[in-house]
Amino acid sequence: MIIAATLAILVVMVLAIIRGIVGPSLYDRILAVNMFGTKTVLLISLLGFVMGRPEFLDIAMVYALINFISVIGVLRLSDAFKAKHNGPVVEPVERDS
Amino acid sequence: MFAVVMLAGIYGLVSASFFVAMDAVDVAFTEASVGAGISTLLMLTTVAMTGRTEHVARHKPLLALLVVAITGGLLIYGTFDMPYFGSADAPAHNHVAPRYLYDSIKEIGVPNMVTSVLASYRGFDTFGEVTVIFTAGIGVLALLSVVRRPEDEAEMEAINDSMHEKHLILRVVIKTLIPFILLYAFYVQFHGDYGPGGGFQAGVIFAAGIILYALLFGLSAARRVIRQPFVQLLSAIGVLVYGSVGVVSMLNGGTFLDYSVLSADPIAGQHLGILLIELGVGLTVASVMIIIFFSFSARSEYQQTKAGKSL
Amino acid sequence: METLLSLASSFCLLLGSFLCLSGGVGILRFPDFYTRMHAVGVTDTLATAMILIGLMLQNPEMLVIVKLVLILLMTLFISPTTSHALGQAALLNNLTPLIAEDKNHAEKSTAAGDNPSKS
Repeated sequence: MIIAATLAILVVMVLAIIRGIVGPSLYDRILAVNMFGTKTVLLISLLGFVMGRPEFLDIAMVYALINFISVIGVLRLSDAFKAKHNGPVVEPVERDS
Repeated sequence: MFAVVMLAGIYGLVSASFFVAMDAVDVAFTEASVGAGISTLLMLTTVAMTGRTEHVARHKPLLALLVVAITGGLLIYGTFDMPYFGSADAPAHNHVAPRYLYDSIKEIGVPNMVTSVLASYRGFDTFGEVTVIFTAGIGVLALLSVVRRPEDEAEMEAINDSMHEKHLILRVVIKTLIPFILLYAFYVQFHGDYGPGGGFQAGVIFAAGIILYALLFGLSAARRVIRQPFVQLLSAIGVLVYGSVGVVSMLNGGTFLDYSVLSADPIAGQHLGILLIELGVGLTVASVMIIIFFSFSARSEYQQTKAGKSL
Repeated sequence: METLLSLASSFCLLLGSFLCLSGGVGILRFPDFYTRMHAVGVTDTLATAMILIGLMLQNPEMLVIVKLVLILLMTLFISPTTSHALGQAALLNNLTPLIAEDKNHAEKSTAAGDNPSKS
């Protein structure tokens, strides 16, 4: 059963890469990379169980963190880039309280 | 170019996956944190500074493509002669590797053999690596440091405060996550003797946590937390700790970086030595990564305010 | 007890892989970025949770279970936040979603290749 789950995750990773190459806009590609990262976390955990080495879970945790930080980094830096070239992206929303 | 950087990130993840498949846990750990994490972040910062599209090349680089293809073909041809993966009579498995494998537990007593090779048998190499990282940090500081005037800083603070509403959810979630990330970095640092980990990976994870804070709360808020002189001092202290372990070994009668003479029992001496130098490595790597990111980011903000003024 | 645990673990793993696959199909087949993001965000988190729970039920030692619980908690925190951040960034950078009226308009005027979700 674990091997079946591993194969399923490999298939999904290939699908995500296809979207990453095809995706028309930048955000499609960021989404594909994010999905690839979370699937890698699962893949490493499963591989650790298949090969009987539970130390792999440390790597899985690092991947989850790194994936998150990279996506947040891309989003914040593309914001900063647009602000540099077009002025600030959005005016702060006014609350009426 | 953002897409190119993201694809490079995927490449880092894929290579870490096949290190995992080859059962090389420490290498996969380092590749995950450095290759897929920090490299992507630093390249993204650079792309944000320079520009999103590259200049269209004026000529088609056909000659370069040909040279690359021929070199790649020759390299692949060269690998046909290499011994099979894991074969017992490969030269890599015959000279020092058996000695490390058989004697490491007796001489050093640390369960993770990669750490024992990295920190004790090849400790001098690791000293060179730490010095290289420190030099890279100095280089970035020398080239990219920006003198920030108080009015620029006030302006950036105003922008960051005004974006608070926009990023509220992210800020709240990240405030909960960052202590965990830093704690995990400490765990990786000190658990490097028993599982995958060690100084390099721990330093990178620590820096990644601080970078996350700086990305979302603004550079000036992050600078208030991690002051620039302090972090520069820390990077030098890391290298100094490493070197002084070697000098203390010499003062105790051994050779440079011979940990067995550091305490009465040689195995305890090895443990103490490995602990201290991993600490030094972790300090230097973390502070140099933070320095590099802050320098890039400060330069990018400086360009932003200059562009804003000239508009 | 043993067989019950291993049965539950297989069921969780199976469910997790099925969710994962449906997320993968979704990211390829859905017409617009926001719909794709919805597919990925929902199925990612739940598939990860199911697969990790399935691994936990395989009855390894305590430390492994603790690490799996930690990864699960972190994913539960991180995944929805990433979806939120992506959606907000795309919306604020003027990536317009594909709305039904636009589609009807496009079909009525038979304008081929008039895709309002390109940015």
